[in-house]
Amino acid sequence: MPGLEDLYREIILDHYRSPRNRGELPVPPAHRVEGFNPLCGDEVVVYVIVEGDTLVDIRIAGQGCSISQSSASLMSASVKGKTLDEVRDLIRTFKSMMSIHETKLGDGEASGPGAEVFDVDDAVLADPEALGELAALQGVVKFPVRIKCATLSWNALAQALDELSAGASRSS
Amino acid sequence: MADLTTMQRLEPPAPKAEFPLLGRIVRGRPIVYLDSASSSQHPRAVLDAMEDYYETSHANVHRGVYAIAEEADRRFEAARMAVGRFIGAPDPEHEVIFTKNATEALNLVAWSWGRANLRAGDVVLLTDMEHHANLVPWLMLAEERGLELRWIGVDDAYRLDLAHLERLVDGVKLVGVTAMSNVIGTITPFAQIARAAHAAGAVVVADGAQSVPHLRTDVGSLGCDFIAFSAHKMLGPTGIGVLWGRRELLEAMPPFMGGGGMIRDVRHDGFSPNELPWKFEAGTPPIAEAIGIHAAVDYLSKIGAEAIESHETALTAYALDTLTERFGDDLRIFGPPTTDSRAGVISFAFRDIHPHDLAQVLDQAGVCVRAGHHCAKPLMRRLGVTATARASLYVYNDVSDVDALADGIAAAGTLFG
Repeated sequence: MPGLEDLYREIILDHYRSPRNRGELPVPPAHRVEGFNPLCGDEVVVYVIVEGDTLVDIRIAGQGCSISQSSASLMSASVKGKTLDEVRDLIRTFKSMMSIHETKLGDGEASGPGAEVFDVDDAVLADPEALGELAALQGVVKFPVRIKCATLSWNALAQALDELSAGASRSS
Repeated sequence: MADLTTMQRLEPPAPKAEFPLLGRIVRGRPIVYLDSASSSQHPRAVLDAMEDYYETSHANVHRGVYAIAEEADRRFEAARMAVGRFIGAPDPEHEVIFTKNATEALNLVAWSWGRANLRAGDVVLLTDMEHHANLVPWLMLAEERGLELRWIGVDDAYRLDLAHLERLVDGVKLVGVTAMSNVIGTITPFAQIARAAHAAGAVVVADGAQSVPHLRTDVGSLGCDFIAFSAHKMLGPTGIGVLWGRRELLEAMPPFMGGGGMIRDVRHDGFSPNELPWKFEAGTPPIAEAIGIHAAVDYLSKIGAEAIESHETALTAYALDTLTERFGDDLRIFGPPTTDSRAGVISFAFRDIHPHDLAQVLDQAGVCVRAGHHCAKPLMRRLGVTATARASLYVYNDVSDVDALADGIAAAGTLFG
């Protein structure tokens, strides 16, 4: 349908119809975090297993719209096997891609999360390839209501990493 | 597609041309507005009345002795009388209270009547069909006071399950029931519940936010002690709602919010409240909005409740038939399958397409529907879903709107395969 091709790219529909890394992992060794969008009732459950400094496995459960589900699927495929630093970089890059729209509107938040966000924006704009298949979700920023759908699983993953590193620093 | 006779038969009683917003072109075509259960659009008559007030007689009410202040006062109180007559209030001068919206009206009942009359262990009876506006205030009060909450369930035919009504109302202090569901369109047997509740000695609150805009409302035959509704779902402006209550109950209730206008006297050591209805109207009220709701009820009255109901019933039947014929088992309607005790609020699921995706594709076709939990999470759980898509009809909708909805659903089917 004209006008929607930016939102519903073929890659997105493919990941929605055939989600990757769908399911659950036993806790422990996995760490489990829920993400919840109270506006629409979408929920995502992220299971991760971290060994050393590597995210060795990830599973996604929950339910939601095509954007939240495909974003979670794309995320799972792109972070599996990466080091935690690489995963954190990717989370930052993805979230800045989702906020490019807001930054350009100049809503006064530019000095909020800091110049770092701007740097990453520039990196993304200069090299859209950096995100690989994830760049398919870039069209979401044209539909501001759906940004929350796209970032739901990413926020859950970030929370999982934060909890794991907090747990690790407590036990060391 | 509707044939010519169907289109003539279903000519809307409120011509779209009288609603400026409905003339708006969105994505290259005239807007198809199917979200009136959330908020309705305004006829020129309502907009003109509010503009005229601002341009000719704006001043604060209940204060000035000068000409325009008297005029503002007169127009504000005339609105109260008109709204009261619209719902058959026996004493509108004292019993109609202007609030911010239906939600505030229901909170007023909970915090004023509820706090004065409910103690630990007292029972409040609600239904699984309620909007959060008629749930959360009672949940808050239950937490504060240690109340017991009981629930009237929803059966598989999307009706309130009244099989055990006598037992459920036994010993209950207050019953809160919606007169029409904002999710599944069910018109509840309110009067029957009110009779049982009164026989058990309970006070009965009606959430009329959905029913008052669409159905002839007479507080006497409904049998409620309070009813709450909002102007913006009945062609009026946002920012004003109504609480009607029986005078003897209102007289005995303490004020809800404090401030100017609601007092008779204020001293260092206390205050005495004003008389009805101003006792419950603290601060400068929504004056232009009152004039707006006055114009809205005049507009609806001119059409007539009978014409409104017969148009909406016929258009709902057309919508239910169209969706069923075109999509068969691919489309599931959450709500009664016929127009028997059912209004034009149509919640549905199409295949396994998420309601947000469905609403997004419909938006691309200029069709405005709602997707989500519709502020009725207990009912969504009962239906076994987290969200639905919802199309809702009003006096200005016609068969072309329903056809556009069906075309948009078909387009979503193509996109998501």
